[in-house]
Amino acid sequence: MTSEATSLVQRPAVVPPGAVSRRHYRFARFFTPYLLLLPAGLLYLVFIVYPIFRQFDISFYNWHILPGAVNPFVGWSNYSRIFHDPEIRTAAINTLLFLVITVPIQMCLGLFAAAILTDRMPARGLWRAMVFIPVVTSWVVVSYVFAYIFADQGGVANAILSIFVGHTVHVDWLANTWTGNAVIWLVSIWKGVGWSFIMFLAALDGVPRDLIESSRVDGSNEWRVWRHVVIPNIRPTITFVLALLVIGASQVFTQVYITTGGGPFGSTSVLLTDAYQQAFSYFYFSYAAAIASLMAIVVLGLSILQIRLMRRGS
Amino acid sequence: MSSFSIMDSRHGLKSQSEKHRRAKRLSPPGLFGVRNWKKSRLIVAIILGTVSVFPLLYMVSLSFQPTSDILTSGAVLFPTHPTTANYVAAWSENSFSTYFLNSLIVALGTVAITVVVASLAAFAFARYQFRFKEIIFYVFLAALAVPSVELIIPQYLLMLKLHLTDSLSGLVLIYASENLPFSIFLLRGFFEAVPRDLEESFRLDGANNFRVLTRLIAPLSAPALAVVAMFTFNFAWEEFIIALTLINSPGNRTLPIALNFFITAHTTQWGPLFAASVIATLPSVVVYFISQRWFQRGVSLGGIR
Repeated sequence: MTSEATSLVQRPAVVPPGAVSRRHYRFARFFTPYLLLLPAGLLYLVFIVYPIFRQFDISFYNWHILPGAVNPFVGWSNYSRIFHDPEIRTAAINTLLFLVITVPIQMCLGLFAAAILTDRMPARGLWRAMVFIPVVTSWVVVSYVFAYIFADQGGVANAILSIFVGHTVHVDWLANTWTGNAVIWLVSIWKGVGWSFIMFLAALDGVPRDLIESSRVDGSNEWRVWRHVVIPNIRPTITFVLALLVIGASQVFTQVYITTGGGPFGSTSVLLTDAYQQAFSYFYFSYAAAIASLMAIVVLGLSILQIRLMRRGS
Repeated sequence: MSSFSIMDSRHGLKSQSEKHRRAKRLSPPGLFGVRNWKKSRLIVAIILGTVSVFPLLYMVSLSFQPTSDILTSGAVLFPTHPTTANYVAAWSENSFSTYFLNSLIVALGTVAITVVVASLAAFAFARYQFRFKEIIFYVFLAALAVPSVELIIPQYLLMLKLHLTDSLSGLVLIYASENLPFSIFLLRGFFEAVPRDLEESFRLDGANNFRVLTRLIAPLSAPALAVVAMFTFNFAWEEFIIALTLINSPGNRTLPIALNFFITAHTTQWGPLFAASVIATLPSVVVYFISQRWFQRGVSLGGIR
């Protein structure tokens, strides 16, 4: 019991009045942490860990939701199907595009906003709150707002475009592949910037001002101060934000589901909208489970990689 | 906790006058940090703020316009024929008050369970040595990489088995579980920062674990608890896809899925939809403003360690 011994060294054993004896106390002290972890552990095991394994399990069968149905074991065939499915290819490309486009822009804009709003200025708190507000609104609501802004009937985007063109236009933004994708990116960036902003703001707050001052005294210009003092100091935050944004981007779902619904003909769908459709529209639960499992593995791998990079960086 | 000391020295210990003097002497580390540029910095700040809230203000404006205006004119920023008809329609037609209440029950239930359960776990991680501690901690953390939608299929099947589909308590259990990893992560950092001497003196006065947690550690970690409560409330309040999948009967709908029903195959009732959206957004904004003063401290101390 080395762990127990260290704990006793660290913290002189004060026997609480309730404890009958020292032995009783040591016994209680051994079990208390596990008891404290029990509720969290139970919830976690039942609603997160079990589903993860269940998902793998299902993905190897041709699984039917009807009770009493025969669910033949099909091995890896659901997985091999993924690699030959043109719809999945489109969805994977869209997800990757979404990630590559929205993550860097969100980080740059977030850092930019944080840099602007880190110092004193009139009504700074108000501007900060305004930049952060989109984060606390709901994905469903903002998706509808953007769906309306880019609607073919009465949307603002068309009205503004009409002014520039000189006659009324009816671009159906959400019904075209590229414009539909662009709207999805736009709403995601708009809603996401506030989060990286608040993270970077906290990080900038922690950069020792003395270092910046001494760097300035040494004759560094603004750019050099940022490159040699500020950025190295906030590097852990940059890695952390990047890690969570990448995970978040791979999970993109609601904004796609509501604005374009994956259309036209699945050309704006992403991996999770595809998986969801396979499961709950076509009832191919096993195939959807295979898609989701594969994604989980990829994302987990990416996260582990990023955590390692983060450790090495800090 | 290096950031802890930085925060303290910067905000707590220094006198106001010294702070002012320093602020004047230093050019701050902004991109446009030179003092002469301050005005342009303010202008950029105003632009950033305006762009950020514009779609939301636009939504509020739309919610006061009659549907005919919304559909035909477009790009009308201010209501030309202001009306509250949308709110009346949204609130009465679709038993919206029921959905609102459902969402409130689910969100508050999720906050209650998450805060209590995550605090207990974080207390164990922060204050005890036990076998496999760090391994168990990282197993919890790993779930951050597999959130929400990815597990919807097995979770749906599990809920079928547990007879928890189409029930609010089913939603609460899933939402709380999804929020545990981040909450435990954040709270552990804060709980560890509470000085052990304080705990010792508490225990010498005869306090048990429960008292130490509720009377000492929780009050001192109020910022983190506020952040956890805010994040959890928002998660539960706006969660869409799990609710859409699990809830069948209209009486159990939460707000986000209720919004979906303003759109039918033939028409979209934009006016009532936006009125409902405004109502649905208000609580999140209120919760944010309540927790805002703890927010940045919570983020800077717990977010990155």
